[in-house]
Amino acid sequence: MFGILSIGGYLASIFRMATPILYASLGLLLLNNAGLRLIGCEGVMLMGSLVAVVGSYSFGNVWIGLLFAMVAGAVMGLIYAALTVSLRANQTVIGVAYNLLSGGLTAFLSRIIFRGTQTPKIDTFTPLKIPFVSKIPIVGEAFFTHQLLVYIAFAIVPVVSYFLYRTPTGLNLRSTGENPEAADTLGVDVYKIRYSATMVGCMLMAIGGAFLSTGLLRFFTEDMVAGRGFIAVAAVVFGKYRPRGTLLATLIFSAGSVVAHIFQAFGSTLSAGISYNLPVMIPYLLTIIVLTFTGKTNPPSALGEPYKKG
Amino acid sequence: MERSKSRTKKLVKIGQQAVVFGAAVTVSLLLSMILVGYLDLDPISALSDIISGSFGNKNAIGETIVKMTPILLTGLSFTVAYQCGLTNLGMEGQLYMGALASTAVGSFLPGLPFAIHLPLAIFAGFLGGAFWGLIAGFLKVKSGASEIITTVMMNEIAINFVGFMVAGPMGEPTGLRTQTPAIMDTSRLPKILAGTRAHFGFLIALLCVVLIWQFFKRTKKGFEIRIAGHNSRAARYAGINLQKNILLVMAIAGGLAGLSGASEILGIQHMMLPIISPGYGFNGVAVSMIGMNTPIGNVFGALLFGALRAGGNRMQMKTRVPLQIVEIMQGLVIVTVVASNIVLDKWNEHKLKRLSVEDAKMKEGVA
Repeated sequence: MFGILSIGGYLASIFRMATPILYASLGLLLLNNAGLRLIGCEGVMLMGSLVAVVGSYSFGNVWIGLLFAMVAGAVMGLIYAALTVSLRANQTVIGVAYNLLSGGLTAFLSRIIFRGTQTPKIDTFTPLKIPFVSKIPIVGEAFFTHQLLVYIAFAIVPVVSYFLYRTPTGLNLRSTGENPEAADTLGVDVYKIRYSATMVGCMLMAIGGAFLSTGLLRFFTEDMVAGRGFIAVAAVVFGKYRPRGTLLATLIFSAGSVVAHIFQAFGSTLSAGISYNLPVMIPYLLTIIVLTFTGKTNPPSALGEPYKKG
Repeated sequence: MERSKSRTKKLVKIGQQAVVFGAAVTVSLLLSMILVGYLDLDPISALSDIISGSFGNKNAIGETIVKMTPILLTGLSFTVAYQCGLTNLGMEGQLYMGALASTAVGSFLPGLPFAIHLPLAIFAGFLGGAFWGLIAGFLKVKSGASEIITTVMMNEIAINFVGFMVAGPMGEPTGLRTQTPAIMDTSRLPKILAGTRAHFGFLIALLCVVLIWQFFKRTKKGFEIRIAGHNSRAARYAGINLQKNILLVMAIAGGLAGLSGASEILGIQHMMLPIISPGYGFNGVAVSMIGMNTPIGNVFGALLFGALRAGGNRMQMKTRVPLQIVEIMQGLVIVTVVASNIVLDKWNEHKLKRLSVEDAKMKEGVA
């Protein structure tokens, strides 16, 4: 069906499709390991997508758009932490509120700012072909023809891993997720760590959303995250709350969605339902199957539980 | 004496809550109307459209009932799980599976009399949702997987599974559009308000509210579940089988959301389409929160958001305000209610402390 040359292209699109989910799930990983849940990942991503387009449109520079998105993510994280860490509000409920609010607010704001349902043409991230190696057949196309944000996403994985398991701050962070009382007794500032983890985590999610609207596409549309936030949630569970596992999950999931796209492209011979709906289920089905047959997923012990200082 | 004192205390608490909710809803409404202003549309006429579109005439009231029926059931679903300390976020998926099961019975079982066909179709809806909820319950019991995560995933699976079934195996044979054949007349819910779309599903939803309320209030099982929800360690110590309760609660919660789908199919749509819910599932969270996560409270939550949806539709048509305003308001209401509840709790705690200090001082003075 597809020639040997396009295999590199398909591999490349797996990495590209994985990028927004990877950013989001790494952000989620930080939150989860600090003991916080965020069902509102989808909402933070969506806000990131819009704000990035607004920034890029206003200043004619996609990097400023990215900066906008990061600030928006950090602010959303700050509010989330204020509500769930300081006020100890129910994290799941606030997360649902985030999704509802972002869904409505982004649709509204994009209409207020752009006076239409579709945003105008903007500056976007362009592919960065790495000299020489990008010329290698298949491998070159697959690995060395991406936008800078794609390389950064994959480069962050070992960084996060090193941070969580090798640095004192990372260990403190995980201890607040496992046993905040004990961490507190040992002099770890649980609130400070949870606030920072939430802000940095949401920033990463917003970068994922920004890449969606200014890297994968070149505009904002309503509800464009389309479940990727939930896939990120699934990826973290599938990856057993560890960076490398999460990376693997993200790659498997996006390979699934690339397969779905191939099916769609050749869909004329297949029934509409099989070509679209079944492959979309892959990430969730895989995660449910893994949960059913492998038992425990080892989430941080204090995940989702509010902590009262002192 | 003691009894009447505790009753006054309860009334005061309900009064406080009512004030807080009123304030939260008003603030959310004002904030979203400011947004409408930024769209260069008239917030006042938007607001009056909402009111006339939800309570203005018989048809408007009918639409409010139509819109509040499904979210009353998904809200109740969230409440049931919440009472057991579980968080069911899978109402959307359970709704779809319930709707699919109802459609299957409604469309493909010919020759049954109304008195058998309709109840069977409704029950199928309950079972479809219960089955879907039970999967999350099973995963929780078996591998300790958080139901918060699994129910969200089961949503996506259900919606795509329905999409697949509607496009393929259960699709209309002539198949120009992706939809199932219409359900038979013998499986349709009768109307309850002539000239409107309001249907019998509303009464089913109200019946469910009463049943769940009494279940928690009067039955031993209901009491057990609430204990388990409050303090799982104490419950285990008292010999309550937590795992069985989790399965039961997830089945009931799923079933209620399934009924929500059933009532949409049997009362409104009369056939299964790839998309039948504009987010009724997650709306249930807001509805339940407004109702303080109590069965009766859900009626108020559903009334508020049902009216907003019905009025919002009219507003979108007349003032051209996008319907997403309803989502914004729901998000705002959740955040403001949760935040003000916490502030209220803190205030009460503070007052209690001060009272006990004064009490101690008085006693000292007497001595």
